[in-house]
Amino acid sequence: MKADRFITPAAWALVTVAIVTLPASRSQDLGGVISFLTGFAILVAIFAILALGLNVQWGYTGIFNFGVVAFFMVGAYTAAIITKGPATTEYVRYVGGFGDKLDFIPFLDSEQWLPFLFGTAGAAIVAGALAFVLSIPTLRLREDYLAIATIGIAELLRRIAIEEKGLVNSDRGLIGIPSPLEDLVNPPEYKFIFFGVVVGLVILILIALEAGSRSPWGRVLKAIREDETTAAAAGKDIFNFKMQSFVVGAMIMGVGGAAYAYYSRSVSPDAFTHFFGTFLIWAMLIVGGSGNNKGAILGAYIVWGFYSITGLMRAYFADWGLEFLELRMSFLRDFVVGALIVIVLLLRPAGLLPEERRVSLFMQREDKQPTPPGEPESGPTGSRADAPPDREKGSGGQAS
Amino acid sequence: VVPESTGFAELLNKARERYPAVFDNLGTAALWVLFAGLLIAALILYTNLFVVGVIFGSIIALGAIGLTLIYGIMKFAHFAHGDMMMLAAYLAFFALTGRIVGEKTEVDLGWSLDRLPGATTGLGPLSFGYGLLLAMLVALIATVALFVALDNLIYRRLRQRGSGIVIFAMVSLGIAIVARSVILILWGPEPRFYVPGIFPAHEFPFGIKLKADQIFIFATVAIAAILVYFLLFRTRIGKAMRATSDNPELARVSGIDTDQVIRWTWAIGGALVAVAGVLLAIQAQLKPELGFTILLPLFAAAILGGIGSPQGALIGAMIVGITQEVSLGVEISIAGRDILPQILPLAPGYKFAVAFVILILILLVRPQGLFGAKA
Repeated sequence: MKADRFITPAAWALVTVAIVTLPASRSQDLGGVISFLTGFAILVAIFAILALGLNVQWGYTGIFNFGVVAFFMVGAYTAAIITKGPATTEYVRYVGGFGDKLDFIPFLDSEQWLPFLFGTAGAAIVAGALAFVLSIPTLRLREDYLAIATIGIAELLRRIAIEEKGLVNSDRGLIGIPSPLEDLVNPPEYKFIFFGVVVGLVILILIALEAGSRSPWGRVLKAIREDETTAAAAGKDIFNFKMQSFVVGAMIMGVGGAAYAYYSRSVSPDAFTHFFGTFLIWAMLIVGGSGNNKGAILGAYIVWGFYSITGLMRAYFADWGLEFLELRMSFLRDFVVGALIVIVLLLRPAGLLPEERRVSLFMQREDKQPTPPGEPESGPTGSRADAPPDREKGSGGQAS
Repeated sequence: VVPESTGFAELLNKARERYPAVFDNLGTAALWVLFAGLLIAALILYTNLFVVGVIFGSIIALGAIGLTLIYGIMKFAHFAHGDMMMLAAYLAFFALTGRIVGEKTEVDLGWSLDRLPGATTGLGPLSFGYGLLLAMLVALIATVALFVALDNLIYRRLRQRGSGIVIFAMVSLGIAIVARSVILILWGPEPRFYVPGIFPAHEFPFGIKLKADQIFIFATVAIAAILVYFLLFRTRIGKAMRATSDNPELARVSGIDTDQVIRWTWAIGGALVAVAGVLLAIQAQLKPELGFTILLPLFAAAILGGIGSPQGALIGAMIVGITQEVSLGVEISIAGRDILPQILPLAPGYKFAVAFVILILILLVRPQGLFGAKA
């Protein structure tokens, strides 16, 4: 138990030390190091938004969404076509391009941030609407069928983005997406402004989710996660609550996509692979701790930190003459992400920051470790030793 | 005097008793008619695409049979199935050529099956020699060992803890990512071939064009399917497997050693994965990302046939394979005017999305699949 308590701070400290010392030891230029760290922090924040969205679906409600990239991508593309102007040449074809029409509120002097507000809201609404439409056929399915169906939806949407030439400029993608408030400062300093914007978004979402998870609504979601039948017996409309959770999670993912589009200023289908857009986010949530919002953020920090550190290590491998490792580094870190998912689920299924068990503010916290979604209630050695998990377990039971 | 119609009604009743799954509701019947109609139309109108679809479907079938056995007995979606197929195909490539990617150039280990005398001389009209068959055997043994080892190291612990199906699926996804990155580390992202070069297709009646390799694929799948049938329906362990798939608790209290059943399931699944992977690489090529692409057709076939039903997976795979191939070539025209010119023929990129559309359809209308028992 004692060693257990050290893992979380140790992981945090390791990533922090490495991410600061590695660039600092190679570059004498302090400004460059700070700029790198800011870029790193921005991506952590964007991934944190996505992981928070997934936490609403999986951590709170137990919805097994394997198509995170669908909502991520839809959010990014929606934000792009709302904030960009219309296409100017015939070689670039996409729908929309509303950026130049969004200055209709004169006193807000909009150019700098009105398109950004509309883009972010639009991304959330379109991703949420997509989730709403998809929830009707898929949410009643058993959870593993839901996972397969969501993978399929993500793949289909990626295909549509590539194959429908006039929709979002096919596989060349959209470039030149404006960023919020970019004219306020010089381009080199803009990163700091954007960092503030995206951290503001994370805090806003975090506050809303914390409030939501402690409200009666959040408690119903957790009840559904623990036992759908009992929740239904208590008079809760399971499907309705699941749909709300799915839509809210998807809207948050859409906002994450919008932030990604503003930051990278270009979106193309190659960026939205299943690995990068879905499985990496899952790794973050699992490592951080499903069901815990702070865990989702910590997971984004640890996993993306690890990703960036291995990127920095490449330069060292080149110096040390380990060319094989240098060339294979990007595959090696995918390997570690996959291994991390397996190891964490085997050894520490609750993640680095396990969910806080909180029934109500008026009741004392229990010391007992809560069980992460999908895990049995009765500790490591239950009465079900060596039994194949049975089919009804945790399933909505539509098909068995 | 018994009127003729009674005979037909009796036949229908018998059929209903014999195949309750087929007749239990109208939606299913409609689904059967739809698929049968599609297949017959495809056979008549697009014979060549139909045959190509059968070849592709037979590769999917091997993977889907293993997937449906694992799904039926251990009750979880094995997301590593496609990537394991590719890993097995690369293992066969390694056994055949002894090559892995080096620092800048290829590293050749200096020993491999293609150095055996005459190992690369084409067997008859086939593009490859007996070396590839030996390589396939090596890959098969390695994959079976890998699957059993993974179960011992990982899945067994999850079972002992009583984890839910989602945790199993998640862990298998992690293993899929690991398998894919191992391929990328050892053999790099560039496509590879067992035998480089282009081989001509042979002409057959009805405008069918097939390569000799494709006929080999079909024959191999047929043999493998017959072997699986005998194993499942004519051996003790096969009976135990089917019993466990039907009702794990009941099987256990009847004295069936479920641990042994699970080991056998992994072994059979691993063997089928290895053969399917090598055949896929013969038909297409060795590409790391193919493992994930093939996953949707595999699941579509397994769910379409009904989880836990190998014969269902076989038929489901054929439907998926044929629909995929034919949907790319179809042009619908009425009175000389193309209808839906924007959608059909589908762009090639939609090929694997077809499997997904079938999957959603079946999940909505009949989630237990064509051959599955009613929920």
